[in-house]
Amino acid sequence: MDQILINLLNGISSGLLLFMLSSGLTLIFSMMGVLNFAHASFYMIGAYVAYSLTAVIGFWPALFIAPVAVGVMGAFFESTALRRVHKFGHVPELLITFGLSYVVLEVVQLVWGRTPLQFNPPELLQGPAFTLIQTPGQGLSVALGAASDALCQGGAQCSRFPLTRAFMMGVALLMLVSLWLLLTRTRIGLVIQASLTHPEAVEALGHNVPKVFMMVFGSGCALAGLAGVIGGITFITEPAMAAVVGSIIFVVVVVGGMGSLAGAFAASILIGLLQTLPLTVDASLADAVNRLGAHVGPQTPGWPLLRITLAQAAPILPYLLLVLMLIFRPKGLLGTREG
Amino acid sequence: MTFQAFNLRSVAKAAAVSGLMLVAVAASAQKGETVKIGWVDPLSGLMAPVGQNQIKSYQFVAEIFNKGNPAGVKFEMVPIDNKLSPQESTNAVKSLIDQGVRYIVQGNGSGAALAIMDAVAKHNERNPGKEVVYLNYAAVDPDLTNSKCSYWHFRLDADTSMKMEALTTWIKDQQDIKKVYLLNQNYSHGQQVSRFAKELLQRKRPDVQIVGDDLHPLAQVRDFAPYIAKIKASGADTVLTGNWGSDLTLMVKAANDAGLNVKFLTYYGTVSGTPSALGAGAAGRVYMVGYADSNMPGEVGKVANAFKAKFNDDYYTLAVHHVFNMLTTAMAQAKTTDPAKIAATMEGLKFKSFNGEVEMRKTDHQLQQGLYISVWKKADAKFPYSVENTGYNFQTVKFYEPYVASTPTSCQMKRP
Repeated sequence: MDQILINLLNGISSGLLLFMLSSGLTLIFSMMGVLNFAHASFYMIGAYVAYSLTAVIGFWPALFIAPVAVGVMGAFFESTALRRVHKFGHVPELLITFGLSYVVLEVVQLVWGRTPLQFNPPELLQGPAFTLIQTPGQGLSVALGAASDALCQGGAQCSRFPLTRAFMMGVALLMLVSLWLLLTRTRIGLVIQASLTHPEAVEALGHNVPKVFMMVFGSGCALAGLAGVIGGITFITEPAMAAVVGSIIFVVVVVGGMGSLAGAFAASILIGLLQTLPLTVDASLADAVNRLGAHVGPQTPGWPLLRITLAQAAPILPYLLLVLMLIFRPKGLLGTREG
Repeated sequence: MTFQAFNLRSVAKAAAVSGLMLVAVAASAQKGETVKIGWVDPLSGLMAPVGQNQIKSYQFVAEIFNKGNPAGVKFEMVPIDNKLSPQESTNAVKSLIDQGVRYIVQGNGSGAALAIMDAVAKHNERNPGKEVVYLNYAAVDPDLTNSKCSYWHFRLDADTSMKMEALTTWIKDQQDIKKVYLLNQNYSHGQQVSRFAKELLQRKRPDVQIVGDDLHPLAQVRDFAPYIAKIKASGADTVLTGNWGSDLTLMVKAANDAGLNVKFLTYYGTVSGTPSALGAGAAGRVYMVGYADSNMPGEVGKVANAFKAKFNDDYYTLAVHHVFNMLTTAMAQAKTTDPAKIAATMEGLKFKSFNGEVEMRKTDHQLQQGLYISVWKKADAKFPYSVENTGYNFQTVKFYEPYVASTPTSCQMKRP
């Protein structure tokens, strides 16, 4: 029971981190119709910049300044490079972000080196947020912080949930709410939404649409940077961190529906759980068939496929979902436009 | 008469002197020669930190040997980045041979090792008199010295089966280990670790329960929390893993976060990045099996300290010393640097290295050497070395003589 709960929390928290990343990506896509291949690179820059700033001004100021710095970099890239190739169509735009991801990777390796950095969470975020205590015969109880040793003795199972993950969930939810408020309740949000669908009309009304594009691109990058700071302290800060999340956020955006913020949220949670829960199941297709009464063994054709357990297949499940989604519902879960 | 005698004597003397000189010339034929060593390992990509540390190690140790060695030769490293790919490794071997390199070293990844073995064997078959020798310092797939063994390949690390042999011998005496969870990377090395662990535990500790046997994708998992939750649910008291690099680092970090209080038995605790992740949280719980611990006495200990002073990095691939010890011993003995003759000399060669006397077994070219079981602990006066400046290090709990870790071979060596 306690492990199911921990697994659910793990899944939801990694899903929320994915949302922080994919919300920016999906916003940028819905505006410019371009998939930003360098999005995960901004995630990495966020972690690295925050690491350097932490040494100077401490973690908490860095948590705010690093995403802003990443946002400025993103806006600069949009206004100097991306905008220039915009008139040549989507493919050059795609290629330039693709190139940027390589440039960023090499620059990061030149500046900070190729080895993982010691980017530890601040004092306040170290240790467990709460401990789940499963005592035989007494059910489940929760203790804030680390449970005392006395509680965990005598057959009781203690599972800790780290503070960094709780913090990650908190920040992501806060971001979701404020993003939603910004887009639906403010004037800027109205202009952005209008620019998404009717850029010419918005321009005719006297708004500077290229500037809106630049701001949205910058904000998207800033969100990725924020996710990077939190991902950096929770997991690892190293040059490969961009590549690891790079492919999965595209799955999130496609499954959620290109350009749909709500879709990105739903898909993030779904993918987060899909990456976590199947890992714990050691049953295979063959087991399932055998349980239904049929007899499947090494002599059955296709046995090498049938015997693969869910835990073994878990890493490909998100990509399988991507393929199935593109075949059966190309617009995604909550997307609006067709394929 | 006297004149003649004198004359004879002087002739004899002259002959003796010139004879001595001839002997002297023959004895020092290899002296002063420069031996180029081609290094084929990753300098880019995920494994780049490891490769960079290793090439620095080679260059550093080569410089030390250049100051004086039994054979009187000089070494020069010629590094090529193989990007961890077998295909690139084959190209690298060709390019090195074109540059006149006759000795090749490689270690990261058994796939690349196999490609090099193949390329070297083919080259030697087609170019008699221009043989190339391949010294493998870290690729530990047992197949390389069993079913796929080659005369031109010499392995200086202990293979997966030998390390598991030592580790399970140690587990035999650890009665508190009752439930073992196997978590490994899903490729040849991880699968071998899992296979040998099951086989040898069954033989030496049949009462030990294997409560989990998982393989995860190599170098792609960012979040190990689900695996840690699974280990916790299984009730394991020990996790046995062959993981290296970020896969070990992140696993230990996730275990620390979740408060998973189990023993970790590892192969690669010292590889770049891992010690930093271990930190204080893993003290006393992480064990490592290998050919050395963090505080080796004698020459290598001094080298490790000098290496740290120069690069602020750790010298952990001590097999580099095996390579140079073996080459210089063989070259001094054979009085040549010709790879074909050196290969023949290295077969069955016994030499002194940092972990005692070792032997390059003739039947399969696997170095027979002593292995250490060490535990991650706070540095103290007796074990002072600070790995990655963490203030902690791996301290030996048990040393096993070469015969303990020795495993049989099925190699049918084809000799030229």
